[in-house]
Amino acid sequence: MSARETGAAEPVLALDPIACVGHGLCAELFPEGLVLDDWGFPIVLPEASDPALRAHAKRAAKACPALALRLRAARR
Amino acid sequence: MSTRLLSAAVPHGPTDLARHHAVHGPLPALGRSDAEALIRAVADAGLRGRGGAGFPTARKLEAVAFARHPVVVVNGTEGEPASGKDRLLLGTQPHLVLDGAVTAARAVGAREIVVVAPATAHPALGAALDERGARDGPEVRLVVAAEGYVAGEETAVLAHVEGRPARPRVAPPRPAERGLHGRPTLVQNVETLAHLGLVVRHGAGWFREAGTPERPGTTLVSVSGAVGRRGVFEVPVGTPVDELLRLAGGPAEPLRALLVGGYFGAWIDGGARPALSDRDLRPLGAAVGAGVVLALGASSCPVAAVARLGSWMAGQSAGQCGSCVNGLAAIAGVLGRLADGRGAPDDLALLTRWTAMVDGRGACAHPTGTVRMITSATRLFAAELDDHAHHGRCATCAAAGRAPSVRGRHGAVAA
Repeated sequence: MSARETGAAEPVLALDPIACVGHGLCAELFPEGLVLDDWGFPIVLPEASDPALRAHAKRAAKACPALALRLRAARR
Repeated sequence: MSTRLLSAAVPHGPTDLARHHAVHGPLPALGRSDAEALIRAVADAGLRGRGGAGFPTARKLEAVAFARHPVVVVNGTEGEPASGKDRLLLGTQPHLVLDGAVTAARAVGAREIVVVAPATAHPALGAALDERGARDGPEVRLVVAAEGYVAGEETAVLAHVEGRPARPRVAPPRPAERGLHGRPTLVQNVETLAHLGLVVRHGAGWFREAGTPERPGTTLVSVSGAVGRRGVFEVPVGTPVDELLRLAGGPAEPLRALLVGGYFGAWIDGGARPALSDRDLRPLGAAVGAGVVLALGASSCPVAAVARLGSWMAGQSAGQCGSCVNGLAAIAGVLGRLADGRGAPDDLALLTRWTAMVDGRGACAHPTGTVRMITSATRLFAAELDDHAHHGRCATCAAAGRAPSVRGRHGAVAA
């Protein structure tokens, strides 16, 4: 069975932890999918890639000033 | 005791080509058509990477085999402070390491090998290359390794060879897809390649005659700490830890704990004597890792030991990821004040909170590996940590006559 058939190719919200400098806009825009740690850096929750929340995830990714968040095809 | 990697060792200095050949035999000539059979033999042998992560070597070879213009990088960076095995191999068995590198290059069709090794190993490597002379094999280039714990991470090694700071990058893409100057790259640990140099001679069946089914072969183990004679010892995987301690001259005093696997490893009780195999170590939360056993004597305060390690690891962060920079510094700060007797009961909750918060984040394994080691310590040394948090010191500190903290002294007076 291919990845497409199993649905494994659903995009996931991916954080580049090196590019991220902790602006924190993502967690403000998309609290269902991201929370900030005690130092203001985002933690991506499993819910962040929920297809039902795709629009919110997209908005958070678009708002990142450091371009550290993006929706990308799941690997493996 | 059967040794393999070190069977041609001489009392001092590197093994020369004549002795290397006399002991191991010549390196079999391999053609392009033998590549697949060779990779199959490595898979059958069950050889796993000896740099710490234990990834199956055959799968790494396959990922690069027959890609366009692949390159082989020999990773001798060995940033792990408690490990000395790669330096030992590079400095004393350069021909075996080079045999493994040449074999890997033939298996994947690479015409170029980059050997990244500490400057101290370059004389032995240079002399070995001169002895081997010009051949129609792959071209070999020597690079002085960068210093630091994260410098040994494979993408950091590639950055260093490219002339940039030795810092990890986000992966994927893995080096096999996009490595040195964008080329498909096989990055292999020095010890892994030395084993490969023997598998190509003697085959998979021979390789499996030592070790465990899960992790066949012998392994180099660096034993240090409270032992009579620290050193690097070659033993079959699955050798009891007791035997390793005996090889290292025995415990110098009763042991409180053993750090197994390396600074990314786990602390286990000093009275536990598992075999050095993943099967035995897994229930204890540990793994063979990079082949490190560090003994902590009962006269040493374990809180101070973990605080030192935590502080060192925090300082080794590449400084790229917020969770690593801030998280490890915060955790090291808590451990430091607990060790010094300046901590508070609330600090224990902070340790639990922050180790969990950092776990699984960062571009490389540095934050995760570090907090896993610290978590194993907070479990094993729970009583001592509690004593430090509440009384400023533990029984070991008290026995050594170390003064309790200001807080502790008040407590002691009140009691």
